[in-house]
Amino acid sequence: MTPAGRAWSAVLRRAERRLPSLTRLRGPEALPIALHRRRIYIVPTGFGLGFTVLLAVMVLGALNYSNNSALLLTCLLGAAGAGSMLVAFRTLDGVALTAIRAQTVVAGEDVPLTIGIAPGRRPRHSLQLDIDGRRLALAITAGSPATLELARPTEQRGYMAMPRMRLFTTWPLGMFRAWSWLHPDHKILVYPRAEAFGPPPREPSLDAERGRPHPGDEPAALRMYRPGDPRRQIAWKLSARHEFLLVKDMEQPAPEAEWRLSWQSIHGMDNESRIARLARWVNEAHEGGHRWSLALPDRLFDVAQGDEHFHRCMTALALHP
Amino acid sequence: MNFLYALTHKVREAPISAGTFNLVCITMAWVVAVHASHLPIWLTLLLGVALLASHWRRRHRPGKTPMWLKLPLTLGLLVGIIVWYGNLFGREPGSAFAVGLLVLKTFECETARDVRVAVAFACFALMAALLSDQGLVVTVAVALAIVPALMSLRSLEPGQVQGTIAQAALPSLGLLAAAIPLALLAFLFVPRLSEPLWGAPAADAAKPGLSSSMSPGDLTELLTDDSPAMRVSFDGAAPRPDQRYFRAFVMWNFDGRRWDHGYGRRGAVAGLLPQGPVATYEITLEATHRRTLPALDVPMAAPEGARLSADRELSSNDRIDEVRRYRLSSALGYGLQADLDDNTRRLGLQLPPNFDPRARALAQQWRQTFGQNDEGIARAALGLFHDGGFRYTLAPAPLGRDSIDDFLFNTREGFCEHYASAFTFLMRAAGIPARVVTGYQGGFYNRLGQYLLVRQSNAHAWSEVWLAGRGWVRFDPTAAVRPERIAADGTAAADGSGPWYQPAWLQAARNRWDIVNRLWAQGVTGFDALRQRSLLQPFGVREAPPSMLVTILAGGMCLLAAIGLAWALYRRPEGEVAQRALARLKARLARRGLASRASEAPGHYFSRAARFWPAQRKELESLATLYIHLTYARSEPAPELARRFVRLAREFRPPRVVK
Repeated sequence: MTPAGRAWSAVLRRAERRLPSLTRLRGPEALPIALHRRRIYIVPTGFGLGFTVLLAVMVLGALNYSNNSALLLTCLLGAAGAGSMLVAFRTLDGVALTAIRAQTVVAGEDVPLTIGIAPGRRPRHSLQLDIDGRRLALAITAGSPATLELARPTEQRGYMAMPRMRLFTTWPLGMFRAWSWLHPDHKILVYPRAEAFGPPPREPSLDAERGRPHPGDEPAALRMYRPGDPRRQIAWKLSARHEFLLVKDMEQPAPEAEWRLSWQSIHGMDNESRIARLARWVNEAHEGGHRWSLALPDRLFDVAQGDEHFHRCMTALALHP
Repeated sequence: MNFLYALTHKVREAPISAGTFNLVCITMAWVVAVHASHLPIWLTLLLGVALLASHWRRRHRPGKTPMWLKLPLTLGLLVGIIVWYGNLFGREPGSAFAVGLLVLKTFECETARDVRVAVAFACFALMAALLSDQGLVVTVAVALAIVPALMSLRSLEPGQVQGTIAQAALPSLGLLAAAIPLALLAFLFVPRLSEPLWGAPAADAAKPGLSSSMSPGDLTELLTDDSPAMRVSFDGAAPRPDQRYFRAFVMWNFDGRRWDHGYGRRGAVAGLLPQGPVATYEITLEATHRRTLPALDVPMAAPEGARLSADRELSSNDRIDEVRRYRLSSALGYGLQADLDDNTRRLGLQLPPNFDPRARALAQQWRQTFGQNDEGIARAALGLFHDGGFRYTLAPAPLGRDSIDDFLFNTREGFCEHYASAFTFLMRAAGIPARVVTGYQGGFYNRLGQYLLVRQSNAHAWSEVWLAGRGWVRFDPTAAVRPERIAADGTAAADGSGPWYQPAWLQAARNRWDIVNRLWAQGVTGFDALRQRSLLQPFGVREAPPSMLVTILAGGMCLLAAIGLAWALYRRPEGEVAQRALARLKARLARRGLASRASEAPGHYFSRAARFWPAQRKELESLATLYIHLTYARSEPAPELARRFVRLAREFRPPRVVK
């Protein structure tokens, strides 16, 4: 960015802070965001201004030479240009930003985003979206919503807000630019980045075995279903007679596979490093098919396994203050 | 803010697509085509070749055009134009240069910016084409050239659905059609200048027309020029073909070769005694860039803004740089200047000494034969032309020093100006005052439009001879040689038949088509400051000042803007009847404090409303039941039910909540 550009950005930022109504700084809004006349702005482009000057010269020439055909031609061009302003407005009017979908990624990776744009009843030509200094263009046929795919870089764990985007068009002649600011109230969850390497979690002590039936105990004990239990352990026939699911407890996982991960067990590190280490352990436990529990200073996730448990733990880590 | 965005973010411009480049090439070709009529033929051909080369280059050798190619091309264009025209300034060389540069611009059309510059410049060049010809056909061709120009601009926009050329052309045509009302409004009410702001059209732009002098061969170019000179509409019936003489210049001075009008004789206007019918008519004269106003023989009084010379030629007070209309009355039968003063008589007998001895001798011989019978002498001269083996041709042999002798006794071929010149010479040599008159004769009477079309090719020269007791009498020696030249209804073909590319049926068709040109000339090209001011006469405004025109223009623009905005802002209501009624109801209830939440089902909303206004629980519940039944019970609900819901929803009046 040039120094002039940088200075101008600073001025803009200051102006938007001071005069939000003038610069139309929009606070975040809930989806869907439909564009309507009160939030679409139009200005002529540089080309539009240049063309206007040219038309003025042409009018002057035609009047001076009292050449009515030339005047008629100039009027026709001018009227077509003015009409293109209405077309530009109509291109945006009624367009709606309907959905934003994001995949979960860990901090530092690019998050793939899918932005859904509904065209309303008219086809839309040449819509352009400015986001993060990038420019995307698309055309939408009438009635069928389109999606824009893009990737945003992430830097830190936690919720990442969507930036302010600008949807604009210079359709059809490039003489006018109609635009509207979009600031969707949509947050993307970014998981913490796991540390690259470190010690394994403390081996579970013998007390892990206490109170637990040994593997292969006969007859199998029945207990209530807990989230995270594998399906094949559910005693379907027995459950049918009760109002809740029963689980056969005969195939107990090996006690050494049960990891008890705890915030308190990590000493001498700052918060972020602790989170990174816990994230690594949770990852390893999930990938290794272990059961694990996670104890954070304010929350406790009891022993379980599976995707749902994994996401719950990662979310908690991501949002940990 | 947007261009500032570009400043701060530097979005790189992508190269233009092949489709865009094709459209730009079509636009340029169109520009060259509308300019072709006044560009030199070699330039038109070269520009066509350059355009093809540019197209070939982009397809087979993409990338920037090297400077060693661009520079010589530009210089070559410059040199060619300077060599051809003599200079670079002025309308003709200027527009040729502009068109040339425009074609060369296609060699460097790489980015969207280049294309926009080229298209804007092309629009300007299109206007320049109208400066040299503003006829209907050219104007329509130029207006249609806007379509490829707009299509080029459209194709620059990123992210659009690719379609066929026709699919891309239709919206541009539509935009152009939608622009017509605004364009017409602006055309009618933009105040015209009564005086040009800077230099009026240069004299070199003057079309060939009648000139104030005449030497053998001068008129040849004119007689083959088919462009309209003027259109005459008569109040009553048109005069007979042999009465359709429109006088422009009366020429007295002869130097042995050239007849000259001088600056028109001042002094008392020659007395006119009408005998017989008087024709009242209106002439619409094309721009001549001269002052002379042709008038049917013989005009009785000058129209406003013009005056009569001593010889009853009409000349305007200012130069005729645009289409001019004037009303006149002329006496078809007349006695003109019954008494000849000595000065005029001397002028009418003046001949250059030491020229044309044989013609003088012939005249003297006639004088001896006929005595004082001046008219007899004139008849003898006509008889000579009729029976003396004379031939009418537009390509006569060149004449020597004694041009009259040479013509009368050697070549014996020529056209009107040869005959008029020789006849007048003979009369003067015989001692009869005579003069040459030039103007137009004949014309095509368009029955559909009830007007007489006079073309440049109707230019003519004849003689007037002063006979005692009758005044100046018109004698047309050409008629003696070629009567059909005078009697023909339309363009008299030059040598029996016209050139091969102008067959008779084409001529006739063109004569009939002229009515459209006339309407165009009256309605559009002739719409000047004067007629604009009387535009509002039907509404009781005798003369509209410019301020009033501007007011009307502004008002009309506001009206059209309102219509355009209504179109732009109109949204077809979404959803079914019941859904729309519900949306209206929700909007009303929201104003009373119960806003609908996003993703709230209608049933839930109604139950919330019932809690909000317990007094109207019953109505709200019935509304909810009805709506849910309408929307979910059947795929096509009964229309009565829908109407009932709409009515109930409209009639529902929530009470004001006092908090």
